[in-house]
Amino acid sequence: MVSLDQLVEDAKRDFAKAVDPAALEDAKARYLGKAGVLTERLKALGKLSPDERKSAGAEINLAKTAVESALQARRQALLEAVLHLRLAAEAIDVSLPGRGQQAGSLHPVMRTWERVEAIFHSIGFDVAQGPEIETDWFNFSALNSPENHPARSMQDTFYVDSNDGQGKPLLLRTHTSPMQVRYASEHVKKYANTAVMPPIKVIAPGRTYRVDSDATHSPMFHQVEGLWIGEHVSFADLKGVYTNFLRTFFETDALQVRFRPSYFPFTEPSAEIDMAFGSGKLAGRWLEISGAGQVHPKVLRNMGIDAERYTGFAFGSGLERLTMLRYGIDDLRLFFENDLRFLAQFPA
Amino acid sequence: MQFSESWLRQYVNPALDSAGLAHAMTMAGLEVEEQYAVAPPFTKVVIAEILSTEQHPDADRLRVCKVNAGTGEELTIVCGAPNARAGIKIPCALVGASLPAAEVGGKPLLIKVGKLRGVESQGMLCSGQELGLGDDHAGIYELPADAPIGEDIRRYLHLDEQLFVVKLTPNKADCLSLIGIAREVAAIANVPLQRPIVKAPAASIADQLKVNILDHDLCGRFAGRIIRGVNAAAPTPAWLVQRLKSAGQRSISALVDISNYVMLEMGQPSHVFDLDRLAGDLSVRWAKPGESIELLNGQTLIPVPVDVEPTSQITNGVGVVADENGLVSLAGIMGGNNCAVSDKTTNIYVEAAFWWPAAIQGRARRFNFTTDAGHRFERGVDPQATAECLAYLSALIIEVCGGQAGPIDDQILALPERKPVSMRLKRAMQIIGIPLTIEVVTDVFTRLGFEFSTTANGDETIFQVTPPSYRFDLEIEEDLIEEVARLYGFEHIPDLPPRGLLTMRALPEQLQSIHTLRHRLAQQGYQEVINFGFTEAEFEQQLANASTTSSRPIHVLNPIAAQYAVMRSTLLGGLLTNLRANLNRGASRMRLFEVGRTFAYVNAADEQRVYDSEDTSAGAVTGIWQPMRVAGLAYGFTWPEQWGINNKVVDFFDVKGDLETILMPLQIQTSTMTHAALHPGRCAAIQLVTPAGLLTIGWLGEIHPAIQQKLALPLAPIVFEFDWQAISSIDLPNPGEISKLPAVQRDLAVVVKQDLPVQLVLDAMLAAKQAFVQKITLFDEFRPQPNASSSISNSSLATGEKSLAFRVTLLNPLETLQDEQVDAAMAVLLSQLEKKCGARLR
Repeated sequence: MVSLDQLVEDAKRDFAKAVDPAALEDAKARYLGKAGVLTERLKALGKLSPDERKSAGAEINLAKTAVESALQARRQALLEAVLHLRLAAEAIDVSLPGRGQQAGSLHPVMRTWERVEAIFHSIGFDVAQGPEIETDWFNFSALNSPENHPARSMQDTFYVDSNDGQGKPLLLRTHTSPMQVRYASEHVKKYANTAVMPPIKVIAPGRTYRVDSDATHSPMFHQVEGLWIGEHVSFADLKGVYTNFLRTFFETDALQVRFRPSYFPFTEPSAEIDMAFGSGKLAGRWLEISGAGQVHPKVLRNMGIDAERYTGFAFGSGLERLTMLRYGIDDLRLFFENDLRFLAQFPA
Repeated sequence: MQFSESWLRQYVNPALDSAGLAHAMTMAGLEVEEQYAVAPPFTKVVIAEILSTEQHPDADRLRVCKVNAGTGEELTIVCGAPNARAGIKIPCALVGASLPAAEVGGKPLLIKVGKLRGVESQGMLCSGQELGLGDDHAGIYELPADAPIGEDIRRYLHLDEQLFVVKLTPNKADCLSLIGIAREVAAIANVPLQRPIVKAPAASIADQLKVNILDHDLCGRFAGRIIRGVNAAAPTPAWLVQRLKSAGQRSISALVDISNYVMLEMGQPSHVFDLDRLAGDLSVRWAKPGESIELLNGQTLIPVPVDVEPTSQITNGVGVVADENGLVSLAGIMGGNNCAVSDKTTNIYVEAAFWWPAAIQGRARRFNFTTDAGHRFERGVDPQATAECLAYLSALIIEVCGGQAGPIDDQILALPERKPVSMRLKRAMQIIGIPLTIEVVTDVFTRLGFEFSTTANGDETIFQVTPPSYRFDLEIEEDLIEEVARLYGFEHIPDLPPRGLLTMRALPEQLQSIHTLRHRLAQQGYQEVINFGFTEAEFEQQLANASTTSSRPIHVLNPIAAQYAVMRSTLLGGLLTNLRANLNRGASRMRLFEVGRTFAYVNAADEQRVYDSEDTSAGAVTGIWQPMRVAGLAYGFTWPEQWGINNKVVDFFDVKGDLETILMPLQIQTSTMTHAALHPGRCAAIQLVTPAGLLTIGWLGEIHPAIQQKLALPLAPIVFEFDWQAISSIDLPNPGEISKLPAVQRDLAVVVKQDLPVQLVLDAMLAAKQAFVQKITLFDEFRPQPNASSSISNSSLATGEKSLAFRVTLLNPLETLQDEQVDAAMAVLLSQLEKKCGARLR
């Protein structure tokens, strides 16, 4: 008769030969089934004396346990093999591109618009917007540019076929400066009954129009107006705020800023602001970046402000210019051709 | 203003080099826009004489010249110029010379001894172009016969002379002359000014022309004299031609050149009439309606049309000078052709006047031209210098053209009053933001040549300044403060960092920034564009939505081009134009959006309605509606090209889904509408769900096939546009309690007519107000295909019917829902649909 140890070895060998669960179950039946070798041996115990039965039974049970654990191990191995096969079959090429929409883009000038708002908001400036078809009063007269004044020829104006209440033709605003008067007048009304008017701190970005079209001028363009009026707001404050703005906008302190005397009817003293980069291809060249100045007392009075008590400054900068210098764009026309190949380079 | 540096230095000569002088001027408000030498850099070019020429033995077009360049030996130079001949003086580049590059950015040309077709050439004879003196390259540059041989050509032709181009602001009337700029430079650099010495010619004849000044609000001073026996054909002296050239002016004739020169130098425009072509006395007055004049530039104009009587001469009138036969000059702007001087002129009348700036301002612009005289008079010409300048002018005329002058007839009628202007020292400090002393201000005013006095009032010091006659820009305290800041130097004013009371500021949570929406659109795949506010009239009219805007577009009166003739009433035109342009550039799928204003007339009755959709916190312009709007366009496939997706052309519902996403948490509905530019069956009003009901904010739809065809678009774009103002405020989130009990879902499929909008079906179910119904979602719409095979149409649907399947979520937050309750609620929903929508259960 075959020894129990030999039986266990046989079972292990048979289990290992089984390549799928069905074959394994067949192999199991040969040892542990109703007619299995080990079952038969257990049945045969009854023929033995009680002492022999006890020791022989223990030996058979040991062998049975060994066979059962071999069976379990083989079952586990077969399951794992199946899983491995499935996983291998399910493998994907992870280098394939992801699916879905692709993000669009934001116009570079609007990107600048948004950044300028954020920078001035950080020191407490409001943002205001107003009409692009304007009256003569807000665009010129309130800003101390009477009709026929030579300063008006500095800006060639588009007119539309409609008149205001005074019979003067409506126009396309030539600058964002009308917003100074619009916003300040509302502010003054709002605080008419307070002892001290809180300071006016506002920027007004927007579209503006001039009769000018060539490589460096677009008939429509963008400006941002800034206005800070309060008790003791001086030209030195203007210098500080605007210099601070440019260094924040261009994210560099290696930037020179200079103010030189100029003329605008609505500011006095007036300044043209130039800047020069410390490095890059434009390094050292003075670039005109903004007009600015202390708000003219006539304009303050047109806003309803006591010009003796309150002073302040205003500036107006071109958003296209800031954008071109920020991103190294050297052709203004790109902004309005709306070529998607250009726009796509400013992803959202 | 443009001039040569040496001309300026004749009057004021600060110890600054050219660059330093330009910088000092710029930083004081006289912006030197350009500064450059007359000729580009080159070296070793001297004056030489061609002694003899011989034909080159091996080249037809070359000549071998013997040249004396003052070097002590005769040079042999081969030259191809047709005008190379013995006896002429020419510029000669010696061996070792470096000439300007032929192209901008190129390398300079170095002159070496070389052989030209076998003949050695020891230099090069130069054309004007080769020296960077202009593009006349017909031959070598011929110099005057008396040019000294051997002298450096740069010195001889003043080629190192610096030209200054100064950009003057409109307030600097006093600097529209060399003397004015010199006066300013003297103040800036604190050096003395040398005025030109005028030798006034005495009257040698008694002839006078009578001038009647009728309107003193036009002309404040008029000085004139007769000069007889001038030689108008006399050549203008070379020095004068040179100076005019440095100022950018061409020489015309001696009389005209001298008049121009005096204007450039002294700032006083003048006019020279041919006396023999004038008839009778002159009168100076406002033009009468219908009078006409032919100007020197050949243009004939009627200064004041017959039917346009000026409301006020000083704002609308046009000043003229007239003789017995009619107008002879447009006052202060341009003379008439009928009495202009010519080479044959022998007797002249010269005049210099003070015209009131307000009487000249804007006039030339009204006739669409500008003149140097008008430019000066409208800004202000020194009324004290009139007679002196006339004397200077006649002295130069007599010097150049000869002649005998009559006495000066100088009529002073009304001159601008120079009222004293006060400046408080403290106020100046407050505005500029720096401490100032009496000494600093005194120094500034002294350098500027102001007459002033100082008074002390307690701790306040007040300067009282009487402005000089040539300053038209000093009327109020701030004008003087500006002068102090300017001469003190802007660069010496400190940059004060921003300061103020700190208060926390954030955008209100219930206000949505326009930028949030822009970013969401971009995240959804849309690309932002910017189009002009004006557009082409016909296209605009085709696209305008007549139901929301006036049918009459707003016209631009002076458009730069026909395609910018009207203001846009919709952003659609720009987007379609961008689509077309980018298809031409090879794009095939596009998502575009723009945020911008549109423009339309409004009627008084509509005003309130439309203003609700416009942010008018900063006021509005009466009669014009200009809301901020948001528009988008989707074209081509729904998805960008990629693998593993069943792509299809974008449709209405894709874009509606985009809108639902970007507008969250706001809810929108769409309902049928008509829009001239959109497909009538695929066009909808966008309605915002608000507590007050549905608010129409814009539209969404497919472009009308007619417009698609007109633009030659292979596919129909889906487009939308809506008001920004309506969607700028959102509600705060208002979370409810979450039920611990499970929700129940039931499906309900009904059959309705195909033309019944789903929204009505949903509305009917919501109107049933079933307390436990939490949510109803449409999950299927089925229409039988008209031509489908019988096995598919074997459904229970008749022709013209559709099936709608809804998933209803029910929940009782307080206790577990019983089946009977659910069944009851579903039964109510169904019966509502049967009653209101003619539906039946599928």
